[in-house]
Amino acid sequence: MTAMIDVTDASKTFTMHLQGGIELPVVSGVTFQVDPGECVVLSGPSGAGKSSILKMIFGNYRCDSGRIGIRHCGASVDLAIAEPRQVLNIRRATIGYVSQFLRAVPRVATVDVVAEPLIVNGLARAEAQARAGELLHRLNIPERLWRLPPATFSGGEQQRVNIARGFISDLPILLLDEPTASLDATNRAVVVELVAEKKRQGVAMVAIVHDDEIRHLIADRVVDVTSFAAAA
Amino acid sequence: MVDQDLIENDEPLLVAKSLSKSYGRIAACRDVSFALYPGEVLAIVGESGSGKSTLLQLLSGQLAASGGQVSYRMRDGVTRDFATLGEAERRFLFRTDWGFVHQDPAQGLRMAVSAGANVGERLMAVGWNHYGRIRDTASDWLTRVEIDIARIDDAPRTYSGGMRQRLQIARNLVTEPRLVFMDEPTGGLDVSVQARLLDLVRSLVAELHLAVIIVTHDLAVARLLSHRVMVMKGGRVIETGLTDQVLDDPREPYTQLLVSSILPP
Repeated sequence: MTAMIDVTDASKTFTMHLQGGIELPVVSGVTFQVDPGECVVLSGPSGAGKSSILKMIFGNYRCDSGRIGIRHCGASVDLAIAEPRQVLNIRRATIGYVSQFLRAVPRVATVDVVAEPLIVNGLARAEAQARAGELLHRLNIPERLWRLPPATFSGGEQQRVNIARGFISDLPILLLDEPTASLDATNRAVVVELVAEKKRQGVAMVAIVHDDEIRHLIADRVVDVTSFAAAA
Repeated sequence: MVDQDLIENDEPLLVAKSLSKSYGRIAACRDVSFALYPGEVLAIVGESGSGKSTLLQLLSGQLAASGGQVSYRMRDGVTRDFATLGEAERRFLFRTDWGFVHQDPAQGLRMAVSAGANVGERLMAVGWNHYGRIRDTASDWLTRVEIDIARIDDAPRTYSGGMRQRLQIARNLVTEPRLVFMDEPTGGLDVSVQARLLDLVRSLVAELHLAVIIVTHDLAVARLLSHRVMVMKGGRVIETGLTDQVLDDPREPYTQLLVSSILPP
């Protein structure tokens, strides 16, 4: 089987020019693969570099060395050296990212925030909104809130809107940064269900989850990030 | 869908090659090269005096470069060096295919004529002559930029700052340009008015598949609107890349300083 994500020997160091140029090594020698339909959970204590690895796979953080192989439209592309336009194309067609926090756009209604990834890929607005509605419903966001912008919602509600936005599209790769952090038991169970559905559809996932119970439920494999600790 | 877009967008709309401008011994802009693709939003950021406004003027043909060239893909699909264009072709670009949104709306609008005429004028300049159709199109555009139709016959000098800026945007977009230059479009506005304008610009850009080159010193504006950024300092582009990459993982000392100077929300 061909891996969807193939990270080889990737490393990342921050150079803090404003603090006298000190170097903060984050990770080095990051190597792992993720197959279609598989969920790999990154483990390790806070500060070990889990989020940084996720951001490197999304092209949000640049790599100093190594390769971030992504299967995109049938070919393997090295995201670490891809042109900005190509990274944007890969994000639109291949990689979805569910961050911890919703970056709310001021006046856009919740249902449109969720539907946007589908509309960008050419689905008719009405159909995209209908699918957004289904997902919001499953995640227990009451219908009376759908027309409101999510900026004023509670932390848990915003996170569920964010999850709906991340899970709505049919992208073959999903990156999940603590998707259940501020959710109650009922909604955590919904997320576990959504992850299982994505697996059945062949989606490759990389997740960060601190909750042991959730990790057991969704992880096919655990990659220990401490083994990639960069030598200071 | 994606493949389709890739094919359509394969050719850049605008290409800058080694653009430079000096005023006597002062180099305002040095050796700037990049390509802009259809539907792409590029933000040029940097503090006052970094050369970003000079660059915008060079790119939009308002200022002659001391060195280098700007090429533009005309509607017939042929990419031409701006310096070799004839007067008629330049006029076509300025009046139809390009828009320019100034920081001060008074520079981009005629303050004493009605809002409807401000929008209609661009259409008349490209040969529209049916009064009813011009007025309908103007009303339609005022609605799109959220200006009450009841104000169509009022002159923009009676408008608030935010309304003036939205009117300037309508005036620019009415001819369906493919490229819009924006110079600090939210510069003189209150924060609440800014948010509304940004939101409006963001949705229009996506809907109309516009290419935009926007100069701003406000990194929040760059983050909200642009796909890519170029950071300028001392007339040079010192860092460039995907907007979220440059803002979340800035490499250059100056970019790190800019990013760290943002006040937390």
